[in-house]
Amino acid sequence: MGLPDDYRLMARIRRFEERLTALKDDGEIPGSIHLCNGQEAIPVGACRTLRDGDHVTATYRGHGWALARGVDLTGLFAEMMGRDSALCGGRAASPYLSDPGRWFVGENSIVGAGVPVAAGAALTAQRTGSGAVSLVSIGDGAMNQGNVHEALNLAAVLDLPLVLVVENNVYSEMSRIEDMVRVRQLTERAPGYGVPGRVVDGNDPDAVAEAVGEAVARAREGSGPSIVEAMTERLVGHYSGDAQHYRPAGEIAAAREREPLVRIRRAADPALAAQLDAIDAEVAAEVEAAVTAARALPFPDPATVKEHVYV
Amino acid sequence: MSESLRYIQAVNAALTWALDTREDTVYFGEDVALPGGPFGATKGLHKRFGSTRIFDTPISESGFLGMALGAAMTGLRPIAEIMYADFSFVAMDQFVNQISTIRYASNGRWRAPLVVRMQQGYSPGACAQHSHSPEAYFAHTPGLRVGLPATPDDAYQMLRSAVASDDPVVIAEARMLYPTRGPVRTDAPVEPVGGARVVRPGTDVTVVAWSRMVSAALDAAGRLAEEGISAEVVDLRWLNPLDFDTVAASVARTGRLVVAHEANLTGGFGAEIAARAATECFADLRAPVARVAAPDVPMPAAPTLQAAVVPEAADVVAAVRRTVGR
Ligand SMILES: Cc1ncc(C[n+]2csc(CCOP(=O)(O)OP(=O)(O)O)c2C)c(N)n1
Ligand SMILES: [Mg+2]
Repeated sequence: MGLPDDYRLMARIRRFEERLTALKDDGEIPGSIHLCNGQEAIPVGACRTLRDGDHVTATYRGHGWALARGVDLTGLFAEMMGRDSALCGGRAASPYLSDPGRWFVGENSIVGAGVPVAAGAALTAQRTGSGAVSLVSIGDGAMNQGNVHEALNLAAVLDLPLVLVVENNVYSEMSRIEDMVRVRQLTERAPGYGVPGRVVDGNDPDAVAEAVGEAVARAREGSGPSIVEAMTERLVGHYSGDAQHYRPAGEIAAAREREPLVRIRRAADPALAAQLDAIDAEVAAEVEAAVTAARALPFPDPATVKEHVYV
Repeated sequence: MSESLRYIQAVNAALTWALDTREDTVYFGEDVALPGGPFGATKGLHKRFGSTRIFDTPISESGFLGMALGAAMTGLRPIAEIMYADFSFVAMDQFVNQISTIRYASNGRWRAPLVVRMQQGYSPGACAQHSHSPEAYFAHTPGLRVGLPATPDDAYQMLRSAVASDDPVVIAEARMLYPTRGPVRTDAPVEPVGGARVVRPGTDVTVVAWSRMVSAALDAAGRLAEEGISAEVVDLRWLNPLDFDTVAASVARTGRLVVAHEANLTGGFGAEIAARAATECFADLRAPVARVAAPDVPMPAAPTLQAAVVPEAADVVAAVRRTVGR
């Protein structure tokens, strides 16, 4: 773990999102997409601390979490292309996909809605004694949704093995965090729930892994939930069509200097750089192969549209 | 005077009118002030009216709708925006237990003159959580007025009616209609809420629709005319107050009724129209009432699946043919 594995996984996520953007531009992705470019270190660092059987719940900005949990690349592309994917058969698309086979409870396109569901997965782990933990990622803006508050207090009072990762990219869509909350860090709310809270550099997978690892260990030993606030920046718009007119001049350029992949690149000696180049090439090939495989899948059969409403 | 405006521009014009002519109005919701709204409905309003009149909220629908109610009860006339109708469900208590009930429970001593603006319906590739057409939930709730504008002119007129109303009003627009353009009577007097409208006269069958399905029904009527079937199209406009008289008068002329909406079939507002027709138009009906609606499945994201769910003009044509026995 750590370099170069983290680099490979982050590069895979970045490449996936970039390829998806191109497919969107070419008209191959029907719905809107919310990308995590710049935020890759959070799912990569966090999932490094998990084992098989631990559940992960994410948001519409969840492609990185899916990939970090080992969800199949081809399935992801196909699902977003509206094809008959092995994931959700085209029913969910980019913002609502899931994969029980990889313990990926899934994305959610209702802000904050994942947290109570993740608390439920934590309840199952606790009551069955499986030893699993439930990790849920939300954005900074989601901390202002009533459901999140209710779920956090529930998890606290029930000592549930829940880890809440708040990906603080300082924006709720087009609105700055300063206009959304009166605290400097969202973890200032943690004492209000009686749970530990830590702020970490969300662009550093090691820092994320260290903090999330501590929260996971605490959850596993039965000591209850924790909040990890990972500070990060979006390199792209809120969604695919976002012109980002609300972002101050220079902000994105500055973010590009601090983003996780660039950081590793900057610190690399020539030997490592050569290794990273090789990884980039492998990742690009792997992603392209997945796109080709996804394109070969049929569109879902309309005759099946009423299947799976009920068991 | 009439101006040619896109639907979304008509919304903007109505909001400008509201903030300009009524000092008691305040507008709030997510990304509405500085960013000008996720669809541009509030473009330029913050610049013109400032933060005391229009402001951004955190992602707290239940909180800010409750706040709209309290403000409405005590002297303001809030207009709150729910970005997608799907997000009204996290605030359902506000609609069903709070906003709709306070006037009645206080024996008329409190009023809740507020407007909740939202947009609804499917769009290509949008998932189940961004495609709901929830009008029936609101229409089921006594105490709420519910309007669904189908044209740019109605986007303007109905939103102004909503602002002027002393009852709480839900205005549910359709995202798919935002780019459509049409004449808007910007100097028309403000109408009271309510009133359906015959938008195409016909003699063989009445098609009642609202929101996006009005244009589908008009499209269908055009195609049916080529087959020699004359369909009258009624834009219901408001589900509450419900102008059933206009529907009944039409059915008295045509003897047949088809109701079309994008929402799921079971418990959709089409069921209410069909039930009223069975009660009030029984003697006039020469064929069973037909409903055009999405089947009872959550909205799938893949366009090939959506095409099997989302009702379009062809579905209206098929229903009319069945109704007239062709
Ligand atoms: C209940 C609800 N309200 C509003 C929205 C619209 N919406 C989608 S994402 C978003 C911003 C979320 O910001 P944050 O939680 O910080 O996550 P980020 O998008 O920055 O990752 C909003 C307002 C929604 N999907 N659900
Ligand atoms: Mg954010």
